Amino acid sequence: MTAAVYQPEAARRAGLRLSLILLLAPVVLWLGLLIILPHIQLLALSLKVKLGPRLYETGLTNYTEFFAESIYWSTLVRTTFISIGATALTLLIAFPVAYYIAKMIRGRRKNLLFVLALLPFWVSELIRTLGWIIILRETGLISRGLQWAGLIDQPVELLGNDIAIIVGLVYTSMLFMVVPLVTVLDSLDDSLVEAGYDLGGNGFAVLREIIIPHAMPGIVAGCIVVFMLSLGNILTPSLLGGKNSLWFTDQIFQKFIVRFNWEQGAAFGFLLLIVSSLMVWIGLKITRQSLASTMG
Amino acid sequence: MLTTIPQSRTFKFGYALYIFLFFVYLFAPLVVVGVFAFNDSQFPSLPWRGFTLDWFTSSSGRIGIFYDRGLIGSLGTSFKVAVAVTVLSLVVGTMNAFLMERARFPGKSILFTMMLWPLVIPGVILGVSILQFASTVANGLEDRFGIFLDFLRPGLPLVILGQFSFIVTIATLVIAARLRKFDITLEEAARDLGASSLGAIRTVTIPFLIPALIGAGVISFLMSFENFNTTLMLVGSEAPVTIRMFTQIRDGTTPVINALSLLMMLVMATLGFSLLFANRGDKEKK
Repeated sequence: MTAAVYQPEAARRAGLRLSLILLLAPVVLWLGLLIILPHIQLLALSLKVKLGPRLYETGLTNYTEFFAESIYWSTLVRTTFISIGATALTLLIAFPVAYYIAKMIRGRRKNLLFVLALLPFWVSELIRTLGWIIILRETGLISRGLQWAGLIDQPVELLGNDIAIIVGLVYTSMLFMVVPLVTVLDSLDDSLVEAGYDLGGNGFAVLREIIIPHAMPGIVAGCIVVFMLSLGNILTPSLLGGKNSLWFTDQIFQKFIVRFNWEQGAAFGFLLLIVSSLMVWIGLKITRQSLASTMG
Repeated sequence: MLTTIPQSRTFKFGYALYIFLFFVYLFAPLVVVGVFAFNDSQFPSLPWRGFTLDWFTSSSGRIGIFYDRGLIGSLGTSFKVAVAVTVLSLVVGTMNAFLMERARFPGKSILFTMMLWPLVIPGVILGVSILQFASTVANGLEDRFGIFLDFLRPGLPLVILGQFSFIVTIATLVIAARLRKFDITLEEAARDLGASSLGAIRTVTIPFLIPALIGAGVISFLMSFENFNTTLMLVGSEAPVTIRMFTQIRDGTTPVINALSLLMMLVMATLGFSLLFANRGDKEKK
């Protein structure tokens, strides 16, 4: 804060320092007590090995156990791959929609369509998932619809499998792909696309050589967010994937809340954090962007 | 592919059809949830057994949402939590915005990057890290000094802190974006006219920030109200509405959940639209 010109210099300096300290206090408390210290403590906890009641030693047992038990590491691998698949599918579905909103329509209709695309995401994820349960369940719309149409004669259960999880993940993350894509495609100059056609490119060449390279920052930003949200999701896999959804966040939940094995849970949590951060880092490296420029 | 470039009829029709189907896909689950709130059946599923308002207004036998004490209580819990998170996020977010836009100090860009961390940490991890940290502190205080701090045990205070830990980042970004557009000479003019530093900020800068504060407030409130991942890890005996709905849907529910969802959707839509029109009005003024 700049102080008034006619204040004495020393008083002005002291005032500036005081206001700086006052402004720094909340952010230091927030990041220190809610983010940094808890994560250091989480790391320390994951390195604790329980020998008996109130008896611990430091070691990597919680991590080695993760790699020794195939159910643990295969769940993390599975979760990662399904999340990557869901992200790719979200991008494929969202891109034409974003392009349509950004380039094919103008004015009032454009704003309307954009708002319409965002609207469902004001609604809680829980409600959206309930909708998919009613659509996919054995007594649901698709099963009954197919029976009514005479295509099947037994009800089909479409819940409780990986496809249902992917359907839910794609649906629930759509917004976070559409918004950055529309933003980045909006900034693409129409004349560049026209020039591509004038130089003899067909639609596919223009898409590959002009539109996609221009949209890359938006594509990466969208993919990072969608991947993270999928990997960290616990609601959609446990409601749509059934009791044995084998989702890694669910295993963390089981360790912490159900089994009360916090040391192992902490190790699992850290592994999830590492996978998640690694993907974000790779995404940023590919496009040579920083976290600040992507978010801010 | 532009409006100015001629395309075949089939292509145009196909593209428009795709967009139409996309919006059907987007709204189908919401419409389905709403419609099944009126199904005269014990379960939110087919067959359709006729129209009823029981799941809203029935008070005996079937319990409608207006008489479902558990669900209404959980709505109240979520409301309390959301108000607390919103107030905390706006106060800290505004201070962070001033810090980022006005102050100069070493390590500022590192601090800014650190402020963004909570957005890339999965909500579940934020939850468990705060859970075990708070428990460790509480245990330490108990063992060493015999001090019992209940708010460090799973419960609403921890839920509020957990949600605040990442929602405040979003509030900071929204408020800082608006503060960046503020013309600093207006504040100087206020001081030349005799206002103190804080007085100038209160009477000139804060009113300028009001649209961003409203926007950040609505976003914070909604994000808190709808949060699930972090809340699940920190919740105690008093469950917010998302946790309660989750348990009820998982274990099989009557359409009362649909009735509640429909009401929540109506409230969200109203909030969303009013925010949109407020923004539009604001743009026209400029």
